[in-house]
Amino acid sequence: MSLLTLVGALPLLGAALIYLIPNKNTELVKKFALLVTTLVAVASIFLAIGFDKSVTTMQFTQSNSWISAFNINFAVGIDGISLVLILLSTILVPIVVLATWHESDGGRWSVKTFYVLILILETMMIGVFAATDLFLFYVFFEAMLIPVYFLIGGYGSANRSAAAVKFLLYSLFGGLLMLASIIGVYVISGNQIGATFDLTQLATLEIDNQTENFLFLGFFIAFAIKAPLWPFHTWLPDAAKAATPGTSVLLLGVLDKVGTYGMIRFCIELFPDASKTFTPLIITLAVISIIYGAFMAIGQKDIKGLIAFTSISHFGFITMGIFAMTTQGMSGSNLYMVNHGFSTAALFLIAGWMMARRNSSIISDFGGLQRVTPVMAWSFFIAGLSGLALPGLASFVSEFLVLVGTYTRYPVAAIIGTLGIILAALYILIPIQKTLHGPVTPGNEKMTDLNLREKIAIAPVIAIIVVMGFYPKPVLDLINPTSEKVVTNAGFTDPVAEVNK
Amino acid sequence: MAVANYLYLSAILFTIGAIGVVVRRNSIVVFMCIELMLNAANLAFVTFARINGNLEGQVVAFFTMVVAACEVVVGLAIIVTIYRSRRSASVDDASLLKR
Amino acid sequence: MQTSENLLWLIALPLFSSAILLLAGKRANSWGHIMGTIVSASTFTIGIIEFFAMQSRSEENRAVTQKIFTWISVGSFNVDASLLLDQLSICFVLLITGVGTLIHVYSIAYMSHDLDRRRFFAYLNLFIASMLLLVLGDSYLNLYVGWEGVGLASYLLIGFWNEKPAYATAAKKAFVANRVGDVGLSLAIMISFATFGDVSFSGMKDSVDQASSTQLTAIGLMLLLAACGKSAQFPLQSWLGDAMAGPTPVSALIHAATMVTAGVYLITRSNFVFDAAPIAQLMVLIVGGVTLLFGAIIGMAKDDIKKALAASTMSQIGYMILATGLGPIGYAFAIMHLLTHGFFKASMFLGAGSVMHGMKDEVNMRKYGGIGKFMPITFLTFGLGYLAIIGVPPFAGFYSKDKIIETALNEGGIKGLILGSATLLGAMITAFYMTRVVILTFFGNERWGHKDEPHESPALMLVPIGLLSVGSVASGYLLYKGDWLVHWLEPVVNPLKVHHKELLPPIVVSIMAVAVVLIGVSIAVLKYRGEQSDKAPERVSVFTRAARKDLFQDNFNEATFMRPGQSVVKNLLNIDYLLIDGLVRGVGSVSLNAGNKLRVIQNGYVRSYALLMVVGALALIATIWVVTA
Repeated sequence: MSLLTLVGALPLLGAALIYLIPNKNTELVKKFALLVTTLVAVASIFLAIGFDKSVTTMQFTQSNSWISAFNINFAVGIDGISLVLILLSTILVPIVVLATWHESDGGRWSVKTFYVLILILETMMIGVFAATDLFLFYVFFEAMLIPVYFLIGGYGSANRSAAAVKFLLYSLFGGLLMLASIIGVYVISGNQIGATFDLTQLATLEIDNQTENFLFLGFFIAFAIKAPLWPFHTWLPDAAKAATPGTSVLLLGVLDKVGTYGMIRFCIELFPDASKTFTPLIITLAVISIIYGAFMAIGQKDIKGLIAFTSISHFGFITMGIFAMTTQGMSGSNLYMVNHGFSTAALFLIAGWMMARRNSSIISDFGGLQRVTPVMAWSFFIAGLSGLALPGLASFVSEFLVLVGTYTRYPVAAIIGTLGIILAALYILIPIQKTLHGPVTPGNEKMTDLNLREKIAIAPVIAIIVVMGFYPKPVLDLINPTSEKVVTNAGFTDPVAEVNK
Repeated sequence: MAVANYLYLSAILFTIGAIGVVVRRNSIVVFMCIELMLNAANLAFVTFARINGNLEGQVVAFFTMVVAACEVVVGLAIIVTIYRSRRSASVDDASLLKR
Repeated sequence: MQTSENLLWLIALPLFSSAILLLAGKRANSWGHIMGTIVSASTFTIGIIEFFAMQSRSEENRAVTQKIFTWISVGSFNVDASLLLDQLSICFVLLITGVGTLIHVYSIAYMSHDLDRRRFFAYLNLFIASMLLLVLGDSYLNLYVGWEGVGLASYLLIGFWNEKPAYATAAKKAFVANRVGDVGLSLAIMISFATFGDVSFSGMKDSVDQASSTQLTAIGLMLLLAACGKSAQFPLQSWLGDAMAGPTPVSALIHAATMVTAGVYLITRSNFVFDAAPIAQLMVLIVGGVTLLFGAIIGMAKDDIKKALAASTMSQIGYMILATGLGPIGYAFAIMHLLTHGFFKASMFLGAGSVMHGMKDEVNMRKYGGIGKFMPITFLTFGLGYLAIIGVPPFAGFYSKDKIIETALNEGGIKGLILGSATLLGAMITAFYMTRVVILTFFGNERWGHKDEPHESPALMLVPIGLLSVGSVASGYLLYKGDWLVHWLEPVVNPLKVHHKELLPPIVVSIMAVAVVLIGVSIAVLKYRGEQSDKAPERVSVFTRAARKDLFQDNFNEATFMRPGQSVVKNLLNIDYLLIDGLVRGVGSVSLNAGNKLRVIQNGYVRSYALLMVVGALALIATIWVVTA
């Protein structure tokens, strides 16, 4: 059994053990969940240490026959892209557990169920990034919805049921389109090389153009919903508003990355020709997402809706970078996924604490927090600055790589995307001013600053944001070989600089 | 054609059974009508076995009998239970499927 | 190129100090300001050491670099975090750390009553670190980090008293206006990468001959946009006046001496681009010329002493930008004016701060008057700064401004005429509004309307002002003597060896310059001698009214960008809810309605279900029969 499988199975084991703890002993449940998730994080760091950066093939592979009749295997393995996303997930989960210690207390079901769901979700998240068998990926992709559905529907705030159903239906719709495409690919593979779900073998298929386009769209729409890309985005703000902050962190920070990850791993790797055909359309959608999300964010009155729409804007950047088909764009997008995960986590967690203290999520209910709760205000400020991609913080490097990578191939898209950074300043600074600056609004005078647990939870996130801004090299080193391979396999080479022609 | 007559009989029996299920209210009678339909099917199976000259139809008929026996056990138990709680054997009184 | 291990410390020291001050919280209240000042002084020391080391080396070996680590490396996009200290950046390093340290000292006293003094020093240190990174970065991307870093520091410092909503808004406005400029810098870097495959200064400079002029023009224009944002040049200048919301030492350091001059640095640093892109260079000239008059006109009408000085800063930077647009010969003069301006403007801002300190934070000059006799030292230093800025020989501003006017005139033809008259007109207006400031503040009747007499500021504030005014007296001559600065900068900006032909002998230009200054001063003296009211006159000409409103730039921005932007947001919110989400909800409600309609069939009666099954079976049989028949 490879270390990868072990890392993936550990949370599931933890979930099983948690069930043995008596329901009433909530404190023990929480501590145990924290312990398990921390162990998973540590184990995944060993994964990174053991990872060989010099090769681009899958590592830590394991393949067992699962449903032999259809040649379905339990096949897992990771390359640079999946590794960084697994690291993102495993590091975020313990932080979320620690940060949202009390968020499960008033839910529809017990505290224990909450943590069982979180742990199951963690396994699913690792699985979805690790699967190298198309069918296995699909299983994780869909199964992931279930814990999230219950997390939103059972522990969220007002309107949670409707939001949970909307989320589920939206995702299932995309999933079904993808299932059709998966079956299509499977059938074609049966005609050409013998039926298989193995990704590396599927990538070698020769598919005629029209079929490839349809298959591509099946995958792409599923991932565009997941990511979410304009115009498939409307589930996200609702879900983010209804979910608890911790769930929102996992939802926006990790789950949505499955969409953009899928675009690279499946859309581009399996259907390079169709990707080429649809690139102009997708780049257009991405640019619309950037600008549209930013404008919508400016207009939000609800702090959670604000963060959700900023994410839509950021996902526009990520998608644009992916389909720019340059190494800079591809690596930048991958890095962006990680950075966005952490900065959104910081924003959502702190916003969650603010909302819990004030019992409101309306931006204008806050004001003058810098005086009352300096540590919380500063953390929020730094997270916000990362959201507007201030140089020196994590998002900048990735955003800039995306823009540079896009510019060399699609200058107009990059120029419009760059205008997004002005809007970013607005959508971050306006709420910052309303919440942190100005006189202390009535009702906020007695607000308490972050306690020790919250400080411990947020400190690593802020540290990662700052360190990754100045020294992204370790992560880029993991990503670069894989993204170069993806771009090359898709039949693209980086545009050459004018003076070198 | 002597063999075809068996099939006609089977069809008639089945139709009687089906009409009985639809129009009768007493659950015991409905139940008996279902048995009638099952046996009509059995008759058809056996007839086809005869026509084709193999035993498969006969075997299925045995299976059907076994299933029918099980069904009688479960079905009667349900009817009795409903009768106990509702004091009625009318199928219309048990319209719980609605909600 | 030689390497040096000291460069990193220039940035790291203030950065760490800033982090420590912020993280230590209240515990550092008692010693935070001391540490901040010591750190700033140590960077100055390092700067001095590096300067003398540089001077002792031969001309071609003067520049030193230090590679710190590989920052971003993806495919052919490779950017190291590495620093470059050459003849140009050392000027800035000395200015930033020197003036910066003096202002640190000044702030100890100026901010002594503020509860958040520690935070203030943390921000100042953060600013020093970012500004040094800006001038030391060896590629545009490194510069960009410093560029946004100073923007952040400026945002924090303008909004230092952000409990007042207007101040918080001013900070936000400054940041957003700067961001517009940053878009220019971002795009310039992207175009550079697409054109050169490199974003470092040296790499681009080496292959600039092979680049097409379209690309170079595009890069130049984008860099100019960036410079406009940071240096408050037309049309992005509107934030500077509001930025005076920050504490006065901030206005002196950031919004007069250093940060706002970053645009001049950027253009000078990119001289190889502009020299190869005449259209961009022409745009630089236009922007500089327009702004120098724009700022001067606004300056004439402002009653707020800090805003008057801010308008003056805008106008003086206009001079510098204009000089950079004059080509290789202009860069050195731009930098010279930048350095002398750093001294005299900082000294005057600090002087204004000293006046405010003695006047209970009053900024309206109409409420001043006759302060000279109560605050003699402030008066003296402010007066020296005044003489320097209007360009009276032998004070600093004379040498630097005179050179710019001379070079502008020597362009010859219509261009020379327009530029020359613009700079001369600017000089006259400058003399007018600065005289106005001095008269309203230090002379005339006392109009402050309360009994407490203004008091002179403590020595901790006066000493820095004094040192700065020494600079504003002497710096001009020192830099000018034997064309020292021009020769010093030669390796960086490549002034053409062929000398411009002189249309007018320098002495004539100087006489003209002094003459217009005298005219300006005389008009102001005539207008503002005698009794002044403590209220601004309301019956004024259209021009004054326009100047008071910053020539309607804010109204323009509001009408063209803000309101349309707001309505876009509002409409998008509706579209998103009604159209896009409406479609989704539509699908939902169609299913729901269909379900409601079909529910009638599910009446719960077993018999009707059975009937349906029979009907279904019959339909199936019928279908099979039809199909097979």
